[in-house]
Amino acid sequence: MERSGGWLDIVEEGARLQVSANGRWTIGHGRFLEEEICRLRDFKGRQVIINLGQVNQLDSTGAMLLHQAGHMLKGHGCEIGFHGISDRYVPLMAQVGDAGSPGRHLDVHSKHTGLGDLVSNVGRRSIEALREGRDLLNFLGLVTIVFWRAVRQPRRFRPKALITQIEQTGLDAMLIVGLLQFLIGVVLAYLMADQFRKFGAEVFTVNLIGLTILQEAGVLITAILLAGRSGSAFTAQIGTMRVNEEIDALQTLGMDPIEVLVLPRVLAMMITLPLLTFFADLCGLLGGALATVTALDISFPQYLRQLQEAVHVRDFLIGMVKAPVHAMIIALVGCYEGLKVERSAESVGRMTTLSVVESIVLVILATAVFAILMSVLGIR
Amino acid sequence: MDGVIEISGLENRFGAHQVHKGVDLIVRRGEIMGLVGGSGAGKSVLLRSVIGLQKPSAGHIRLLDHDIEAADPAAVEAVRSRIGVLFQDGALFSSLTVAENIQVPLRENLSLPEGLLDRIAAMKIAMVGLAPEAGAKLPAQLSGGMRKRAGLARALAMDPEILFLDEPTAGLDPIGAAAFDQLILDLRASLGLTVFMVTHDLDSLAAICDRIAVLVDGKVRVSTLADHMKDDHPWIQAYFHGPRARAVSASGAGHMTGAR
Repeated sequence: MERSGGWLDIVEEGARLQVSANGRWTIGHGRFLEEEICRLRDFKGRQVIINLGQVNQLDSTGAMLLHQAGHMLKGHGCEIGFHGISDRYVPLMAQVGDAGSPGRHLDVHSKHTGLGDLVSNVGRRSIEALREGRDLLNFLGLVTIVFWRAVRQPRRFRPKALITQIEQTGLDAMLIVGLLQFLIGVVLAYLMADQFRKFGAEVFTVNLIGLTILQEAGVLITAILLAGRSGSAFTAQIGTMRVNEEIDALQTLGMDPIEVLVLPRVLAMMITLPLLTFFADLCGLLGGALATVTALDISFPQYLRQLQEAVHVRDFLIGMVKAPVHAMIIALVGCYEGLKVERSAESVGRMTTLSVVESIVLVILATAVFAILMSVLGIR
Repeated sequence: MDGVIEISGLENRFGAHQVHKGVDLIVRRGEIMGLVGGSGAGKSVLLRSVIGLQKPSAGHIRLLDHDIEAADPAAVEAVRSRIGVLFQDGALFSSLTVAENIQVPLRENLSLPEGLLDRIAAMKIAMVGLAPEAGAKLPAQLSGGMRKRAGLARALAMDPEILFLDEPTAGLDPIGAAAFDQLILDLRASLGLTVFMVTHDLDSLAAICDRIAVLVDGKVRVSTLADHMKDDHPWIQAYFHGPRARAVSASGAGHMTGAR
């Protein structure tokens, strides 16, 4: 039989067993070689001589398998000896013999999760989420303390950093926020126009557009956009600094990372998100106007008049009060997750994802709380 | 003597800046070749060109008797499976455990049963001197020295003929560095490796390198340590006769003074 790999010739001479290894004992033939070795399984209590003289290629896997055969036979009460090892393979056999000695067992994979772990996972995650909430509150406290300290020493506000952050989170986001809100206005208008036309009450489209955009959509969409755009940037920037030990360097230079990195970002976000929300409201109403004028028999002056009757300053303020709260949530979560990054690039990515998800969830949660609160207080 | 790495007329330029101006180098089978050069002299670029990560501007590179710019991608793949590379910080895949990292090339190139894969990983981990518990750890849980050893285990997974090392002892303490040098020597003896290493570690150069390639003025000068000591090129003089080199030569008498 023609064989490309290695094989064993086994000859029984009474109590003695002559095993001769032939051919190529290399990793590429591993599957076949392992089967060859299994042929020795049934021999017990013999004197075995393993002759390696016919091996014409040997690598570490081959050597390991030969040693493994030896250990197996020893375990079966055989006496074994290796013979005829060619000079160039002596060091290899010796080194692999040391490395592969029995009793060295290894765990290969990190722990797999079974069904039982599911329950404990749910528990652990819940506790982690609660802890995260507590830590975030702690962080809010810490930032507040630093803020008051800065109020007493205004030099600590670092106007340069603040202005840079305002530019990045606010000015640079105007185009995308405006465009998105404009389109949302158009979508809302078309959606509602079709419904109201059935009752011949097309003009109420304007009321609903006004209320939706000013009270809810304007601020929510802007907040979600900034969470994805700036919140993630905060985590990535601070996280990268953490990986590079820049945060540690700041501390050794006697600077407070909260004051230098977090405070300008939180303040910038709290300044820009309300401004952007105002801008978004305008764009949304404009988008609504464009769609109503095109789709319905309403002129632009009519649209404005109807809008003036339908919405009041109160509606605008209901939307605007939420903006600073959302801003606080996004900036705090973004910075907090950034500071939590460990010293690996991988954790920057993980924390950035986490920060975006967390801040969007919290923003929507806050929106829900506001809705309930305003209903209970009878403001709406 | 056959050359397993043959570089001829290699040139690399980035824009107007010419890094290599005709590098000729032959690495023989079974030797340990050290590559030194100043910062920005193009050591890393040379290493990356040889392992095929960087296309040279001109010149030829033959690895294990194959032209690596050869048209046939299958042949290049085959050559790649016969070399192992240890990157500076190990370059372990961060989402896999050490053992799984070692098994990556095995799974990619061969079809082996799971049990055997695990035993091979265990053997490689032992060969590079890591504890068996290291197998189940993620790279982030390892120290720098352990990551290097784990990276070496992965580089050795396929029993390569040539091993490329990028600053293998950088960032290790002197004891760890000496142990790593010894490990390379042992592995060369048992696996018959050819080793091509970029290093700045004068101890390493003196202790394990058979020949040293010095990259100066865009070319390499290859010879033994003893001959480099006599070279009158100013940079080579400064490198091998600087205060640090003298400290090494004073302590390790025989090696640096060329008794080898």
